[in-house]
Amino acid sequence: MTNFLPASANPSHPGGGLNVAATIVLIVIFLLVTVMGFMASRWRRGKDLESLDEWGLGGRSFGTWITWFLLGGDLYTAYTFVAVPAAMFSAGAVSGFFAVPYTIVLYPIIFFFMSRMWSVSHRHGYVTAGDFVRGRYGSRELSLAISVTGFVATLPYIALQLVGIQAVLEVAGIGGKGNWFANDAPLFVAFVVLAAYTYTSGLRAPAIIAFVKDILIYLVIIIAVIYLPTKIGGWHHIFDTVHAKSASTAPADATFSDTVAPKAQWAYVTLAFGSAMALFMYPHSITAVLSSKSRNTIRKNASMLPAYSFVLALLALLGWVAIAAGTKPIGLNGKANPQLVVPQLFEDQFPSWFAGVAFAAIAIGALVPAAIMSIAAANTFTRNIYKEWIRPNATVKEEAKVSKLTSLVVKVFALVFVLAMDKQNAINLQLLGGIWILQTFPAIVIGLYTRWMHRWALLAGWAVAMVYGTWRAYEVASPATKHFGGSLSNIPVIGELGYIAFTAVIINVLVGVVLTIVFNAMKLPAGTDETVVADYFVEAGDPRVDADYDPTDLDTGEPSGPAIAKPDPA
Amino acid sequence: MAQHKYPDKAPPADRRLQVLAGICLLLPMIALVPVGWYAKTSPRLGAFPFFIWYQMALVFFCVICTSIAYVLVQKARPHVPFQAADDTTGGDDA
Repeated sequence: MTNFLPASANPSHPGGGLNVAATIVLIVIFLLVTVMGFMASRWRRGKDLESLDEWGLGGRSFGTWITWFLLGGDLYTAYTFVAVPAAMFSAGAVSGFFAVPYTIVLYPIIFFFMSRMWSVSHRHGYVTAGDFVRGRYGSRELSLAISVTGFVATLPYIALQLVGIQAVLEVAGIGGKGNWFANDAPLFVAFVVLAAYTYTSGLRAPAIIAFVKDILIYLVIIIAVIYLPTKIGGWHHIFDTVHAKSASTAPADATFSDTVAPKAQWAYVTLAFGSAMALFMYPHSITAVLSSKSRNTIRKNASMLPAYSFVLALLALLGWVAIAAGTKPIGLNGKANPQLVVPQLFEDQFPSWFAGVAFAAIAIGALVPAAIMSIAAANTFTRNIYKEWIRPNATVKEEAKVSKLTSLVVKVFALVFVLAMDKQNAINLQLLGGIWILQTFPAIVIGLYTRWMHRWALLAGWAVAMVYGTWRAYEVASPATKHFGGSLSNIPVIGELGYIAFTAVIINVLVGVVLTIVFNAMKLPAGTDETVVADYFVEAGDPRVDADYDPTDLDTGEPSGPAIAKPDPA
Repeated sequence: MAQHKYPDKAPPADRRLQVLAGICLLLPMIALVPVGWYAKTSPRLGAFPFFIWYQMALVFFCVICTSIAYVLVQKARPHVPFQAADDTTGGDDA
């Protein structure tokens, strides 16, 4: 390893100093990707980029492969690369390996729900989940609740991507211990690049970069799982070491386990199911789904995406490889930080240049989802907050403008968040965001199938669940923080540990069902549904309604919006 | 605006095939529920503990199931193009 600084310059970090070869490879790949990001604006270009359909959904034109990469980009963030093995390394199977059942549950969900979501959005020009909820239930308030939840839950997620980049930079020794400016300058550069190409190219940029990202990630993980075990002493040795570590920790405090202890079984299952249900409620997942060109693209993807799950399992196991390899993830501040375990493992075990490729994979793995997330959050803001509540007369061009600017603001917020606050806050808020986003599930997913649920009942269920989830999460303490320290808490009635979001969503549905019965008995108006049953089955090539989204007529109850059955005047 | 002939009706579907597809999608999820049963180290496959390889095998099982489900739903509900209400010729209006 080439050390730029003498080893004594940073005694707390034995392999530390600037890794020159790795850094050069990282920078070269990063530049390549940047050029691609800017060129993306010309790729499969529609009339112009001055509309949300073009800028925010890539013209709704992506085929099976691009959608696969985009959806994969959502799943496979830098944070996954950093956090899943970190959890395996420090806490063991329950909080780390649940990612595998989680991704197994994910695909049937896409298959079932998202193809219907695509169809109805195709018919009515919906760009966000809030658009759908508004059209389906005729409720601006419910739509606002869903949109604000989506927007707020996405922010810490974007911040976490920057945390992922920071982890790589820290291990590569870029930045160093100097003043705050030298420390944060590389992250700042990465951020400016991300912001600039997202602004100019919209969703086309992450769609193109996702190819490079996935090729790099597959390459790195496959080489890592073949090469590292042979170097360290084989998988037998790795699993035996982990098992010994697991057996040596007292079962009473259960800090590390290589399987799932009986009292953690509920936690394991509810984490898997709850997280999977939550992922596709995030605005960025819905953006990736709606950008595909046909309904079948989505179903086809659902049967191809599990390739990611398999790689994810291998990735998770890298956390255990690091245990056997004796990796010591120590940050620039001299403290142990499990988040650095995978970059550190690569730096210790790989030749410098290949460590650079791996670092680039993680860094680009952060840029793609950060771009998609900021676009999705911006679309949500523009459609469901700005246009709906602030400027109902905004033109299509104005929408695109606001969305572009919002995507910048969102990213600046994420950057400030990461630079100014403790990283632990980003992680805790992301956990909280996961709990929140799942509370939009009943309104969106039940709404795709039936309109039986009353809009006010859904809103009440959402509110109760948000309060419950936040309160339970607030009470969770961890060694690092007093509040919001995790996402597991006792399930009422059953009394076992479980994922708070899952309990909350069940309460959400129960409240919704009970109040629906009450509200229907009271004959509260249910709002106008602008969709018809046939809308949920359209496929590409069927006529689309491009009429502008019109939020003004809701209160009068007059038929509004594009899909109300009117005889064709022509 | 084109309006479907029967806007409040779902296109015709073969219920049995749909149920079958639903079962295919549910199987991998159900297989994940009995955590207590698969949270053990033996039998090992190569070096891999049962807990690990069982879930990795489920990934492949999931691929097979969703692929079968994909074929089934295509068969169960062949796509009916939107058809304008005043169009009596039955042609599609793509």
